[in-house]
Amino acid sequence: MQKFDKLTAVAAPLPIINVDTDMIIPARFLKTIKRTGLGKSLFYTLRFDENGNEREDFVLNKTAYKNAEILVAGDNFGCGSSREHAPWALEDFGIRCVISSSFADIFYNNSFKNGILLIKLPQEDVDKLMEGAERGSNSTITVDLDAQKVTGPDGDVIEFDIDPYKKHCLLNGLDDIGLTMQKEGKIHAFEERLKVTQPWA
Amino acid sequence: MNGPTTLYDKIWESHLVDARDDGTCLLYIDRHLVHEVTSPQAFEGLRNTKRSVRRPDLTLAVADHNVPTSDRSIGIEDEESRIQIETLDQNCADFGVELYDMHDIRQGICHVIGPEQGFTLPGTTMVCGDSHTATHGAFGCLAFGIGTSEVEHVLATQTMIQTKAKNMRVTVEGELPVGVTAKDMILAIIGEIGTAGGTGCVVEFAGEAVRSLSVEGRMTMCNMTIEAGARAGLIAPDEKTFEYLKGRPKSPKGFTWEASVECWKTLKTDNDASFDIEVTLQGGDIIPQVTWGTSPEDVLPITERVPHPADETDPNRRNKMERSLEYMGLEPGLPLKEIRIDRMFIGSCTNSRIEDLRAAAQVADGRKVADHVSAMVVPGSGLVKEQAEQEGLDKVFIEAGFDWREPGCSMCLGMNADKLEPGERSASTSNRNFEGRQGPGGRTHLLSPAMAAAAAIKGYLTDVRDLGVD
Ligand code: SF4
Repeated sequence: MQKFDKLTAVAAPLPIINVDTDMIIPARFLKTIKRTGLGKSLFYTLRFDENGNEREDFVLNKTAYKNAEILVAGDNFGCGSSREHAPWALEDFGIRCVISSSFADIFYNNSFKNGILLIKLPQEDVDKLMEGAERGSNSTITVDLDAQKVTGPDGDVIEFDIDPYKKHCLLNGLDDIGLTMQKEGKIHAFEERLKVTQPWA
Repeated sequence: MNGPTTLYDKIWESHLVDARDDGTCLLYIDRHLVHEVTSPQAFEGLRNTKRSVRRPDLTLAVADHNVPTSDRSIGIEDEESRIQIETLDQNCADFGVELYDMHDIRQGICHVIGPEQGFTLPGTTMVCGDSHTATHGAFGCLAFGIGTSEVEHVLATQTMIQTKAKNMRVTVEGELPVGVTAKDMILAIIGEIGTAGGTGCVVEFAGEAVRSLSVEGRMTMCNMTIEAGARAGLIAPDEKTFEYLKGRPKSPKGFTWEASVECWKTLKTDNDASFDIEVTLQGGDIIPQVTWGTSPEDVLPITERVPHPADETDPNRRNKMERSLEYMGLEPGLPLKEIRIDRMFIGSCTNSRIEDLRAAAQVADGRKVADHVSAMVVPGSGLVKEQAEQEGLDKVFIEAGFDWREPGCSMCLGMNADKLEPGERSASTSNRNFEGRQGPGGRTHLLSPAMAAAAAIKGYLTDVRDLGVD
């Protein structure tokens, strides 16, 4: 997994609430057995018209936001289907961080497993950053994971909370399967106990 | 844990393998369902790291999302779908995982076959790379939808990393009126608390209206807990649950069965346990529900009209509403009963079990699908299909002009050939009305099986109670 420590980048505003994972990547693009190459289908219906041409009015199609690496989004981002193709598509497209007032639980977990930092902030702070993001490519946002700080385009600093374990894994790019496997002894002991207490399980 | 605890607390506690000081826990997973769309990259990960499936005996695989619902003897035309299904076959063979392939009578939607086979059991933990895993909560099974990285983690370690969720309880008191079903109840709850209302919570459903539901109705409710943003839904097991599970192929047998039932009887929230969030509804107030927008929370009683964005005070919500109405091609103020449909879909892990088919068949019996409507019924599994045919439900549907198909996810998400054309409007018993969910540009109205059948017959969204069916 890619590490995440500090990022200064253009942020694209996406002021839509309840952006679901079907919107992030429609089901017809899930017929793949790979994790890569999904960026071209990111936000497909928002990005392209019926003929496959880019829709000029969609934020990520605008010149100012072509290189955006941060999204500032509406409430309840990533709801719906558990498809990890959603963070795979974001990551493949180049988005490394999403800021919103809330995220759906499964999407939240999936993103951290793919080196994407999700930052949850109070609505007023999101509104402020949204306004900053709307100013285009000259106004960048800086995210510092170690310090847990977001710096807006005008230099105002906002602190954010994050689960310490997720932070540790993301800062170091750790594969948590490897970490769990070190606990084999405990897992085995649990299974032995279960055989006695709940033989049917 | 000291003091009174909830059902969720009890299952959580009994599955803790390890807990770190920061609250990160390692939870043991008793059951793992695998399907073709969210597993290939997980198996690839195992191969790349030379890891094996730790407990193939606790893992069950099925092809459901991509399978055709028409004649299967000719194979799968769509190459990508075919590759995904062949990859599942190969992975299961390589890693020793039991698989119901698309020619197996036990094949069906993963959340239908788990309970049907007795793979789902009370007091256990279950995961699946699918958000509607919440369905299994109907048995008092703590069931989470997970992503592919987590699928790989569970395959390799039989555990998952989680922090404890909050406890939320939704109580529906009293009785449901005639013509009102589990689907209407869960839609009404989502309308009340919103699609983010359960975020960070495990929701326990309680109250007389919930207790009086059949196990199948409870599955419909728990299934859509994810649509309220919750991590899982739970209903305490009772005699109905035990009755349902008794004698299923993978249920415990003989002496072990007796012992397990004794243990399962203790699986309930203590009387004075406290919840972080409590919501109460009156069952008697619930009217058959339909959605009008592009989120499951955009729901109203069928007796209402399409809402006016101007009445919404929150600007973000007003924006979303305008966007939804434009996508749905609906004018504010239009009575919901005047919405004309083109297609009807009965199916999905929400409503494709035998009781759902019986409820729809009762409405369809002796009637005809409206000329301008094309209607399809997709049973949840091969065994549901077989039972429906034994009961003659297939004939009722076919005579009424419904298309009777093979089991699978089908038009719930339109990954196979079953999908809406742009602009087409469907009455659907599935769980998501997101933009493009049933096909690019397609418009979805969610409702119960009886309401869907009624809509197919009238050609418009209809109050099933007006057809005089109970
Ligand atoms: S029926 Fe629909 S919601 Fe259920 S598992 Fe299949 S695609 Fe998902």
